[in-house]
Amino acid sequence: MKIDRRSFLSLGLGAAAGTALTPLPWKLTDDLSIWTQMWPWTPVPQDGETTYVNSACAICPGGCGITVRKVEDRAIKIEGMDGHPVNDGGICPLGLSGLQLLYGPRRIKSPMKKENGKWVKISWKEAIAVVSDQIDALRKNGEAQAIGCISGLRKGTTSQLLERFLLSLGSPNYMSIPSSYDAYELAVSRMHGRRMTAGIDAEESNFILSFGSGVIEGWWSPVRMIRAHSVWKEKKAKLVQMEARLSNTAAQADKWIPVNPGAEAALAMGIAAVIVKESLYDKAFVENYSRGFEEFRNMLLDAYSPDKAASITGVPSSVIESLARDFAGASRPVALYGRGNGSQPGTLFEAMAVHALNAIVGAVNRPGGVWAVEQTDDNDWPAIQMDEIAKKGLKSPRIDGLDPGSEKDPGSLVSRFSELAVSGEYPLKALFIAGANPCYSFPDSNAVKAAFEKIPFIVSFSSYMDETVEYASLVLPNHTYLERYEDVPAPRGMGKPVRGITRPVVSPLYNTRNTGDAVIELAGKIGGSVAESFPWGDYETCLQETFGEEWGTLEEEGFTSDSDFSPRSWEEAFKEDSGKFNFASAGFLDSVREIVPEGDDGSYPLILVPYDTLRLSGGYIGDPPFVIKTVEDTVLKKRDSFVEVNPETAGKIGVKNGGYATLSTPKGQVKVRVNHYDGIKPGVIAMPRGLGHGGTDEYLAEKGVNVNELIGPIPDPQSGFDGAWGIRAKLTRA
Amino acid sequence: MKKGHEHKNPKKYGMVIDLDKCTGCGACMVACMAENNVPFKKDESNKLDSITWLRVYKLTNNKPYPDTEICYLPRPCMHCEGSHGHSPCVSVCPATATDYSTETGIVSQIYTRCFGCRYCMAACPYHARYFNWWDPVWPTGMEQMLSPNVSPRMRGVVEKCSFCYHRYQLAMEKAYFEEREDLEEDEYQTACTEACPAGAIVFGDLNNKGHAVYKLKSDPRAFRLLERLGTNPKVYYLSSREWVRRQGDNYLEHEETGKARQKVHH
Repeated sequence: MKIDRRSFLSLGLGAAAGTALTPLPWKLTDDLSIWTQMWPWTPVPQDGETTYVNSACAICPGGCGITVRKVEDRAIKIEGMDGHPVNDGGICPLGLSGLQLLYGPRRIKSPMKKENGKWVKISWKEAIAVVSDQIDALRKNGEAQAIGCISGLRKGTTSQLLERFLLSLGSPNYMSIPSSYDAYELAVSRMHGRRMTAGIDAEESNFILSFGSGVIEGWWSPVRMIRAHSVWKEKKAKLVQMEARLSNTAAQADKWIPVNPGAEAALAMGIAAVIVKESLYDKAFVENYSRGFEEFRNMLLDAYSPDKAASITGVPSSVIESLARDFAGASRPVALYGRGNGSQPGTLFEAMAVHALNAIVGAVNRPGGVWAVEQTDDNDWPAIQMDEIAKKGLKSPRIDGLDPGSEKDPGSLVSRFSELAVSGEYPLKALFIAGANPCYSFPDSNAVKAAFEKIPFIVSFSSYMDETVEYASLVLPNHTYLERYEDVPAPRGMGKPVRGITRPVVSPLYNTRNTGDAVIELAGKIGGSVAESFPWGDYETCLQETFGEEWGTLEEEGFTSDSDFSPRSWEEAFKEDSGKFNFASAGFLDSVREIVPEGDDGSYPLILVPYDTLRLSGGYIGDPPFVIKTVEDTVLKKRDSFVEVNPETAGKIGVKNGGYATLSTPKGQVKVRVNHYDGIKPGVIAMPRGLGHGGTDEYLAEKGVNVNELIGPIPDPQSGFDGAWGIRAKLTRA
Repeated sequence: MKKGHEHKNPKKYGMVIDLDKCTGCGACMVACMAENNVPFKKDESNKLDSITWLRVYKLTNNKPYPDTEICYLPRPCMHCEGSHGHSPCVSVCPATATDYSTETGIVSQIYTRCFGCRYCMAACPYHARYFNWWDPVWPTGMEQMLSPNVSPRMRGVVEKCSFCYHRYQLAMEKAYFEEREDLEEDEYQTACTEACPAGAIVFGDLNNKGHAVYKLKSDPRAFRLLERLGTNPKVYYLSSREWVRRQGDNYLEHEETGKARQKVHH
């Protein structure tokens, strides 16, 4: 057959049409994808029976209930617990990522001892013996008081056991890390004349005046507050946010009022002054249930007239006046204290100013306001046994000069730790660290590291390799919260009593031990009165005995709560003269009012403030991989941190958007990139907490700058708490 | 071809996201990653290759201090219906790796059929699709937390939000076992909906009068993204702020928002 052009073309077209009509191309594309995809290294997760375990989240003090989904013995997903009084099914990004902490590379897998700068795995028996030998030696030497402990949480049985351990050894130096909640509790206690704990009846409020509180950015109890915010939106409650930066909270607020950083207290007083002057206060409360109002009024009118308040805060006096009228005119107003996520205590004056503002509008022990509830002892453990060494040791003053028994005791002062631990009353010779990462999260963290280097014996109970573990001599790793029993106290500001319990969702993966058990065992090894102070066989027994009848419900439901609870009414709470609300309580009207940021404005023309976001964990546990993945590229790009600068300020300095700059403060100097952000007051610059971690986790380490290295603490003269919020800074083009 | 799958009461699963409630916390993003075995790299700061089935965008009104406003907008796959199931991605896929289900209204993605041409990514106006440039690597031990309900992907395939389709399958299995043909509203919910601490995400059948989304989608604050392209997306947003609604589509200065949707409907 002759192949001419015509037959060639028709054959070709016929073949093409024929192939297209057969399944061949589709088969080929299918095969192509299969041939290029079936790699043996692509994991195939094992299937099996699915079960759900109710537990509690213990990553932050937010107190959420969680439900963990398991397939056979693997935990595969954490979800919020439906029906839980705190979070009812909701959960934050960090809580969702808990399994990455459990299964992640950051875990410490066995007790370890540092030998010649290298970590060596040891047995628990040896680890306990090393610690008890060190303690014995110090105690025999009459240096029991030189043993210290820093605990991340103030409440809960583990921290109580650690405090008890220190006391039984003879050391007064048990220190917890105070937060804005502790400062507010102290303010409430002073003004109510008794040890009080404070609850915010947020869901019932309809006018919320937030003095920089990151209500939807992790403040006090993150998920509960985000839920409250949704309730406010539904019932059209008003949220007014006062801070120098347009935070996410400010962005969602009905009104954002930019205020000079650090002038929040003056703004609260300015608002109170208008309320008093225009006689808008709650007369029923002020006249019948309070005292000291005259002094308070005089001080307000003298020092915080709208013009004076305006000049301190940078907020026009007309705005202050209209805010005061709106706040006093609302049926259920409440003012909130504690900036950012509330982890920093701040000044007692500011806490008292906010609480006084609540009181003059009658928002104390009233629905939608602040509930002051008397503190009760959490447990009825037997008295601590003390031998002669312990008694002698406890006669020493605390290194921070606090008197733990006194009414003025504001909890614990770790803000000046680096200075006090090595050159205070006496240097610390041994230090226990639990649930904390001071070398990262304390202000001026480089100075903290330097102090840690001088402490000869440091024991860490951390489950994870972190900055502080690097300075330890020994690690006694705790189980993670998904492998252990532990009570989770009511979250900050909850008001209603709630208790959660973490439980072993999976059996411990590694050779770790519950810190409660480690302490009981350590006490047993030391023997004598120390051992007698710990009459429990193990930590689980201690929990069962502590919670008695409640334990059964805790075991079964994962939490206990009293939903009918309500605080005492005005008549009950402020009945006696001595129990009346005191506007002129100690340390309020005569205290130092403003804390000026460190540094001189000549060399450092700007003010650097930290900010908190739920996408960055600024606490003792750094971001797991899932969470750091959510961080925007205007905050972190490769290894560079961004600093937020108002375009106007940036223009003056000559730094471009995205350009590199040198940021220096009196505490240090770093290289950063600049993010032009319209939502920040000119002259103020901001960086998030939670970046710049060290350690060995490649998903977290060496990313960005730790803002704590740039900001130093300023002790509040009233409470000793760290009252600093930011520091003076300079930005130059790099 | 699709007739065999047709259902008596076709469902149309969709979402209504209340931007007035959204706090931008990112819980939905993480819930999605944890639920769907989404991989992660050591550096995720290059957002062009960072796989986030659901991504929260930060919008701003572009006004200078102190009139600046910001708003967060979570963006899952819009599960576009187009007209009669012709969603932009389904129309272009040469491998039938992505398909529109007339039973549920969900746009599927079948990894084992995808050969990585990325036409769908070019076609998607929402950037909701992501390509696996590398094989996923989980750090030692972390493979333990992979869910058996969603197959891990490999390099060379495209992936995207499935409205947690495996949850639908599990719920339907349970329903069939109990001799039911329909699901209750709470039996099938996506991971992001459940996790959202603000309760800002509502999920359900847009055709079912008993579901919350049915009513919410006609809220006066409601809008959809790029409606005027005719993609007919099944994700609705609520915002009381006009500037936010305006950013949902490309409007000329004199145009008002809210008109586009009516046009498509008529």
